[in-house]
Amino acid sequence: MSLLKKIFTAFRGGAREAGEAIVDANSIRILEQEIKDAEGHIAKAKQDLTTVMAKEMQANREIERLQKQIEEYEGYAVSALDKGDEALATEIAEKIAALEPELTVQQETKASFSAHADRLKELVKKTERQLAEYKRQLVMVKTTDSVQKATSAISDNFSSSNSKMMSATESLERIKQKQKNFDDKLKAAEALEAESSDSSLEEKMKKAGIGPQTTSASSVLERIKAKKGA
Amino acid sequence: MDVKTIAKRLADLDIDTRDGYDFDYQIIPGEEEVLQISLSDREEIPVYLTLTDTQILCISYLWDEEEIKPSSKNEMMEMMLDMNIPMPLSSFSRIGDRYAVFGALSLNSSIEDIAHEIVTLSDNALDSIEVMSDFLN
Repeated sequence: MSLLKKIFTAFRGGAREAGEAIVDANSIRILEQEIKDAEGHIAKAKQDLTTVMAKEMQANREIERLQKQIEEYEGYAVSALDKGDEALATEIAEKIAALEPELTVQQETKASFSAHADRLKELVKKTERQLAEYKRQLVMVKTTDSVQKATSAISDNFSSSNSKMMSATESLERIKQKQKNFDDKLKAAEALEAESSDSSLEEKMKKAGIGPQTTSASSVLERIKAKKGA
Repeated sequence: MDVKTIAKRLADLDIDTRDGYDFDYQIIPGEEEVLQISLSDREEIPVYLTLTDTQILCISYLWDEEEIKPSSKNEMMEMMLDMNIPMPLSSFSRIGDRYAVFGALSLNSSIEDIAHEIVTLSDNALDSIEVMSDFLN
């Protein structure tokens, strides 16, 4: 069973309570061992691959050498025939006949090394995929583990500090209230500032005799006199 | 890298990088060290940061199983699935019987990215509670 499946099965089985290990330390160790093994397999396969590919190259060189030799002797045989020396031509042909099975052997050897190399390459690819998968699973397991440990540390911290856990809505209310208090204070400060700048402006206008003028006894008397005279 | 280093580097950041929020840090000891980050005026719903072998995990806990109105649970789950992709940088999850929003970052993330993640996660946590408060007691 894959580890992911195991984790989900554990979740369903109710092992979700914080602090309760979903994946025991042992399975983490097993997974880590599997990763180590897979890495070992890859290293070994790569080493084997180097050896096999070297042998493949050797066989290739041998094939080329034999083919060249056969070609050369075939040329000699033609020359011998041209000179009418049938006996020499036969002797050369015998030499070629001896070389040909050697070539066949080398070709077979080469084919077998090539096939081996292909198998090793496939193995390395497969193991690398497997390794990536193990690593991904290990990350999931370890993350599950850390998050649970972190959550239980946070819970322990809460209970040891004796602070009462508020509900989500209560918390939000308090935060909003603080925000509102802050906004109110800001508004009050703004209003206050506006007021003081207003009054200083009026002060200046009054001094300059601009704007609504405060009534004085003399101005009232002027008004009454003006009415009376009318 | 450990959570203490991250706390120190976050503290050294310019406040604008933290979207104007002051961060308050507390290291919670345990088998898995956790950095608790409280944003100014949002102390009730902190962001928790923890490191795994491969990633930086930021988590904010939303509510417990028992806070959910039983008749609304299905609808709540569906809304979480619907919101998961549109919600920037964070996803919903459940750890034990606690629902959470979380964001995962590469271990190579810059400290600015981590700060951005923390503020975004906090915004998402508050938005999620607001949006789903009808499903909660």
